Amino acid sequence: MLGVALLVFREVLEAALIVSIVAAATRGVVRRGTYIGGGIALGVLGAIVVALCAGAIAESLNGSGQELFNASVLFAAVLMIAWHVIWMSSHSRELVQHMQSVGSAVRAGSSSLTMLFAVVALAVLREGSEIVLFLYGMAAGGAGINGLLVGIPLGIAGGVAVGFALYFGLLRIPLRYFFTATNWMLVLLAAGLASTGARFLVQANWLPAMGNQLWDTSALLSNGSVVGQALHILIGYDAHPAGIQMAFWLAVVVLLLIGMRMSTRAPPRAAPVAVDSTRSAA
Amino acid sequence: MKRGLVAGLIAMSLVAVAASAAEMPEYKLVIKDHKFEPAQLAVPANTKFKVLVSNQDSTPSEFESNEFNREKIVLPNSEVTVFIGPLDKGHYKFFDDFHQDTGNGVLIVQ
Repeated sequence: MLGVALLVFREVLEAALIVSIVAAATRGVVRRGTYIGGGIALGVLGAIVVALCAGAIAESLNGSGQELFNASVLFAAVLMIAWHVIWMSSHSRELVQHMQSVGSAVRAGSSSLTMLFAVVALAVLREGSEIVLFLYGMAAGGAGINGLLVGIPLGIAGGVAVGFALYFGLLRIPLRYFFTATNWMLVLLAAGLASTGARFLVQANWLPAMGNQLWDTSALLSNGSVVGQALHILIGYDAHPAGIQMAFWLAVVVLLLIGMRMSTRAPPRAAPVAVDSTRSAA
Repeated sequence: MKRGLVAGLIAMSLVAVAASAAEMPEYKLVIKDHKFEPAQLAVPANTKFKVLVSNQDSTPSEFESNEFNREKIVLPNSEVTVFIGPLDKGHYKFFDDFHQDTGNGVLIVQ
């Protein structure tokens, strides 16, 4: 039961942290609970499908199917986050003042927020497929229904609790800095996902490692610890990353910085009147 | 022209990486009764090598290590290849994430 709870906790934790960041970053958006819930539900369905196709995935691409699939899911999430972060840079002032219109933009599918909800689905799909395979093995191997009935909810509750802790912690950031902060959390999240994607490609021998352990801080904070795992998702922490992981991490941060800078330099829209009237109304 | 150069460099390094797989040392690990056989695997230092993990159980396992950064699911009655290294000398633990109580091993890099 404890073994079930621990594994479920660790996998749910990773997805829950991502959901929390997205939830914070979409603060104020109308009906974002529905969108996030929908993303999670879609992710769960996807996880079951992936688990069912695990054999086919594993055998594809000369045995590298698993790594390629994981890396693709990770890089797709990186691209989606990048799109959103750059979009946010050119719209953040309006976002704080016109939450309603952002909500309708989501409904129209024309905003980058749909990207973020897809990121939620991808995160749940990735971690969820491991959980599904693990639970199938436990059930088939005779872990006992009691172990599963107690362990699974316990693990989920634990992971979700940490996610909530992060979310409510983020909410305490003053509104003035809030969306800048969530934007940066998204940038670091994307950088971390890219680093992990690169690691999978090194594992499949599709990318060179370029130095297998740039540094080793596992004495300070190991990859296996809960804090280490949380930081792994939040900032891409790795106690001993390969050179190419660092390269991908830096590339994402630099490219997103450039992208954000370029989008804020775009000519200001003709909306000074609208801004003032809203401010006085608030 | 610059884009072509970059693409060419990437293509060459991919070919180089793939070609090196041919002469790489190979080691076998078997998962049986949720245990690794052998539980200690001796491998050369500073060399990239591959490990063929074969799952002879009827439930999925996950070959994972926080010390040499690898994780791959091994389905029942199948085999996966994992590329590891080059690693410095030392002992690196690995485990079966799905059966952590019984599935534990050490990579002895020397």
